Amino acid sequence: MSDAARVTAASVPQGERRWVGFRTIVIREFGRIVRIWGQTLVPPAITATLYFIIFGSLIGRRIGDMGGVTYMQYIAPGLIMMSVITNSYGNVVSSFFGAKFGRHLEELLVAPLPNWLIVLGYVTGGVVRGLLVGLLVTVIALFFTHLQVVHIVAVLAAVLLTSVIFSLLGFVNAVFAKNFDQISFVPTFILTPMTYLGGVFYSITMLPEWAQHVSKANPILYMVNAFRYGFLGLSDVNLAGSFALMTVAATALFGTCVWLMEKGTGTRE
Amino acid sequence: MKALSLRQLSKTYRNGVQALKGIDLDVEQGDFFALLGPNGAGKTTAIGIIASLVNKTAGQVQVFGHDIDTDLETAKACLGLVPQEINFNQFEKVSTILVNQAGFYGIPRGVAKERMEKWLHKLQLWEKRDAVSRSLSGGMKRRLMIARALIHEPRLLILDEPTAGVDIEVRRSMWEFLRELNASGTTIILTTHYLEEAENLCRHIAIIDEGRIIEHDRMATVLRKLHSEVFVLNVRQPLAAAPELPGYAVKLTEDGSVEVEVTKAQNLNDIFAALSARGIEVVSMRNKANRLEELFLRLVEGRDAATGAVKAAASP
Repeated sequence: MSDAARVTAASVPQGERRWVGFRTIVIREFGRIVRIWGQTLVPPAITATLYFIIFGSLIGRRIGDMGGVTYMQYIAPGLIMMSVITNSYGNVVSSFFGAKFGRHLEELLVAPLPNWLIVLGYVTGGVVRGLLVGLLVTVIALFFTHLQVVHIVAVLAAVLLTSVIFSLLGFVNAVFAKNFDQISFVPTFILTPMTYLGGVFYSITMLPEWAQHVSKANPILYMVNAFRYGFLGLSDVNLAGSFALMTVAATALFGTCVWLMEKGTGTRE
Repeated sequence: MKALSLRQLSKTYRNGVQALKGIDLDVEQGDFFALLGPNGAGKTTAIGIIASLVNKTAGQVQVFGHDIDTDLETAKACLGLVPQEINFNQFEKVSTILVNQAGFYGIPRGVAKERMEKWLHKLQLWEKRDAVSRSLSGGMKRRLMIARALIHEPRLLILDEPTAGVDIEVRRSMWEFLRELNASGTTIILTTHYLEEAENLCRHIAIIDEGRIIEHDRMATVLRKLHSEVFVLNVRQPLAAAPELPGYAVKLTEDGSVEVEVTKAQNLNDIFAALSARGIEVVSMRNKANRLEELFLRLVEGRDAATGAVKAAASP
């Protein structure tokens, strides 16, 4: 009897089964990102290039320095983070909702995988795309300005936590969505305004005091500033608080996603 | 050992529809089992619960002794499902769908590729391995779903109307394939609208109607419960009126053939003798209805009559 004939799902130890299952979800998600690269990788690269040309080169020259760095250098971390946020979110919401809509999510629901692993697999897919696009936008930024890294740990921790958080938010959106309108509503009407008002293009110290208070209710502000601190050593907010907020948000959202899957909300009747 | 055991399984959907009303069902290891019922009877709900696609309201489900409440992953690992509707990613290649599904069950990639080749050959899809799945014909899509359900070598295979919408040739080849699979030790549960399919393939049967099991026995035992069969006799010269055969219910069809209902106490020899005595020559004969279909209709009609009687008795 060959090896293939002997191996059954029931004969594979649980740990190995879970690891292979997780790896398969991630490989499938990565394959999807690469297969539809025209939708996943090219648009954010074009958008970032336009931002750098219009806001960085054309308008930025008139704005002058921000906190001792050029405007282009100031907005570069924010633009990288913006692309990470939108792509992490977009990857999970479209992939998971697509699987629900096309019913091939059932392939995973019938498989011997715990719900937390399914959530982790999709979130990892979102993080992979978020980081890929983030890297792409960083490379584009280097054509326009010089970037140095002051605190590499802050850069990596901020980008990873932000990507995880928005992948999880994309998952929640996909779980509740019943049609394609509902997966574009949040990015259009909530995510984009919050990102634009989250200190990507300006320091909140430029705002009137009341607007600074309002801005501090926007979680994206903390993510962008933590990331910018890693590059430039500049931040409008308390860093320890920012990382604590991101860690708590990621943990709470992961718990929420697993709970939704256990309950079967949007996935099982 | 029982491959599947359901105890007091109930499901009430959010809209209040009670799809399952406490069903008990046992399927022995190695069996080829038919689960029949009209549309909306609760078959797909029951299968959905067993495969974790639907949350149960109450009751117990065990797959090879593994309870889905306490040992869900092991229970799922024993199970392969061929659902009623196409549910693979229509943009993925045939080979990718199978290798990924094997991965979801923990089968290492190398083994998965060997397994994919084996099942694609067996189900005559090997030539289509690099095709995008949406380009397959209806019959091929059905076979792909069977290959996908078998990729992790499940001990229990559940097929929810696997031959719906496929042509006769494909259906027959699927029957042959399923027979071989069952002979090799895989327990199979089949739901189908083609009752002939269940009669040909299955050794045990359960009939479900309005969320309740109304019959659960060996196929042969269930079929023995039929008290009569209707035969259509094609005669040489079309008849103008139905011949009188004392003791038999006889009807004339539009094309001049004769329909005779024969109970278990009667026999065909007497009919042929009586017709022959009247100078009527029978050239061929066929059983009018599929036997199981007839039984099924009688059971459902019996339930309707009983319900009607209860309602009539209850009305003022």
